[in-house]
Amino acid sequence: MKLECKHVWEHISEYLDHQLDAALLTDIENHLENCEVCSAILDSTRNILVLTADDRTYELPVGYSERLHKRLERILREGTTSPEKPV
Amino acid sequence: MPAATEQEKELIARILAGETNLFHELVRPYEKLVYVTVFTMLRNEAEAEDAAQDVMISAFRHLKGFRGDAKFSTWLVTIAMNEARQRLRRAKLVPQDSLEEMIAEKEGDFTPAVLTDWREIPSAALEKKELRLKLREAVDHLPPLYREVLVLRDLEELNQVETAAALGISINLVKVRLHRARMMLQKLLAPYLKTAVPARKGFFGRFFG
Repeated sequence: MKLECKHVWEHISEYLDHQLDAALLTDIENHLENCEVCSAILDSTRNILVLTADDRTYELPVGYSERLHKRLERILREGTTSPEKPV
Repeated sequence: MPAATEQEKELIARILAGETNLFHELVRPYEKLVYVTVFTMLRNEAEAEDAAQDVMISAFRHLKGFRGDAKFSTWLVTIAMNEARQRLRRAKLVPQDSLEEMIAEKEGDFTPAVLTDWREIPSAALEKKELRLKLREAVDHLPPLYREVLVLRDLEELNQVETAAALGISINLVKVRLHRARMMLQKLLAPYLKTAVPARKGFFGRFFG
C-alpha cells in the first residue's frame, strides 16, 4: 500500500519502539526508502531522543550527593517505620 | 518485568532487619535517576533537590512495601514521579487533563518539523553546554502531561506497562502521549539543531570529520 507522508509521521513513535505490525512496517520502510522528508524526520527524532536521554544532558547540582546522604543519615537513625501507608 | 538484583534484595533484607545504614549503598546508584525525574517535572533546581531527598526518605520508610519482582529503580522512579506530581498539584501548576489536551490539539503540535535531510549529531556534541541547555529547555516546554510520559519512557526507560502504572493511565494513552511528546520535541529542536550544529565548521564540525 502506498502511504502518504502524514500517515508515516503518525507511526514514527511506534516505529522507534519496534511496535508496528509486519505489514505496516513493510509499507513504512518502503516509503522511507523513497522519501527524504520522512527519513529526515525519523532520523532527527531518533537523534534528538538519544541526545536528550544522554547522561550528560542533565547534571546534578554541586554537593547534591553529600547533602542527600547527610539528611538520610538523620532519618536512618530513626529506623524503618511501619509500612501500612502505601507509597 | 525485570526484578530487583540479588544484591539489592539482600541489601533490602538487611536494611529491614535493622542495618539501616546500608540504605546509603542501596540508593547511591539511583541518585541521579531520582533527581532528573523530579527536576524535569518541577523545573527548579532547589525544589527538585528537596523533592529528591523526600523521595529517598519516603523510599526508606516504605521499603517493606517494595515487591522484589519489580526493578528497584522503577519503584524509585514511580515514587519520584508521584512526589513531583503532588508538588505540581499543590502549586496548581497542572491544568486539567482535558483542557491541556484540548489546547495542545488546537495548536497542532503533533506534526514534526519538516526537513529534507538530517546529519546525525553525535553524542560528543553534548560537551557543549549550550546544546545541553537547549535540550533541557525543549523538554521544559512540553506540557506536563506529555513531559511526564517522555521522562518515564525515554529518560528513565520504564516500559509501557510500568509507565502506565506509574501514571495511573492506560497503555494506549501512554503511547498516544509519548508520540505527541516526541513529535513536539522534534519540532522544537530539529530546526535549531540543524542550523546551530553545522556540518563543516565550528565546534561540532570536528566530529563530522
